[in-house]
Amino acid sequence: MKNTIDIEIVVPNQTRYLSMIGKIGENVVRELDRFKGDREALAHHLNVVLTEAMVNAIKHANAADPSKEILIRISVSDREICIKVYDSGQGFDLTSVPDPSFEADQLGEKGRGIFIIRSLMDSVEYKKADGGNVLEMKKSLG
Amino acid sequence: MQLKIEENGAVRVIYVKEERLDAHNSDELKAELNRLFDSGTKDLLIDLKEVRFIDSSGLGVLVSGFKNASARQGSLKLSALQSQVKSMFELTRLHRVFDIFPTVDDALESY
Repeated sequence: MKNTIDIEIVVPNQTRYLSMIGKIGENVVRELDRFKGDREALAHHLNVVLTEAMVNAIKHANAADPSKEILIRISVSDREICIKVYDSGQGFDLTSVPDPSFEADQLGEKGRGIFIIRSLMDSVEYKKADGGNVLEMKKSLG
Repeated sequence: MQLKIEENGAVRVIYVKEERLDAHNSDELKAELNRLFDSGTKDLLIDLKEVRFIDSSGLGVLVSGFKNASARQGSLKLSALQSQVKSMFELTRLHRVFDIFPTVDDALESY
C-alpha cells in the first residue's frame, strides 16, 4: 500500500493566507498513523515552519507584490516530511541571517524566522528553481 | 486585530484577543504600542492568554516594544503564555529577556 501524501497549494503573495496554510500543516501531521513522537508538538512546528517560510517568500523574495503567487508543496512519507516553498522573486541570502540566540543579536527585530526554521527542521536549503527560488525543508520522522 | 486596553494606575494592559499573532496582524499591535508610547505611557503589560500561535514577526514586535519601553525607563511585561507560545520564547531565548507572569494580576503586583 502506498502511504504518502502529496499536497500542492498556490496562494496569492499575501499574509492573510498564513493561518490557512499553517493549519493545513497541522492537519497533515494528524494523519501520520505511524508517528510515535509528540504529535501536537510536530503539528505546531509545521504550522510555524510554513508560516515563517511563507513570510520569507512574501516579504523578502516576492517583494510584497500582492499580484505574485506562492507555490507550496508538502510531501509526507513514513520516513520524512518535505516542505517546499517556491517564490518568483529576487530571493534572499539564507547565510546572512544572524543567530538570535547570541547575546548580541538577541534583541534584534529581524532574522528570527530562518533561525526558527533551522531549529525545527533537520535540513534547510534555498536554491534556484523555475525562474525563482525554492526553500526546501525536511524533517525526519524516524 | 482585536485588542482590549485597560488602565491600571500607570500601567496600560493590552489584551490581545486573537488566536494568532503573526506577520499578518503584528504590525497593528506595533502601531498601537507606538501610539501608547507617544502618548506618554511607559509601562505596558501585554496579556497573551488568547494567543495560541506566535511567529517571528509577533516576537519581533514584542522585542521592539520592550526596547522602546526600556529606552523610556519603562517596562513591557507579558502574561498568560500558552504552551506553544512559551515554546517559541524558549526556542529564541527570549524568555530570558521578558518578565513573564502566569496572570495579569500576578504581573500587576510586580509594579
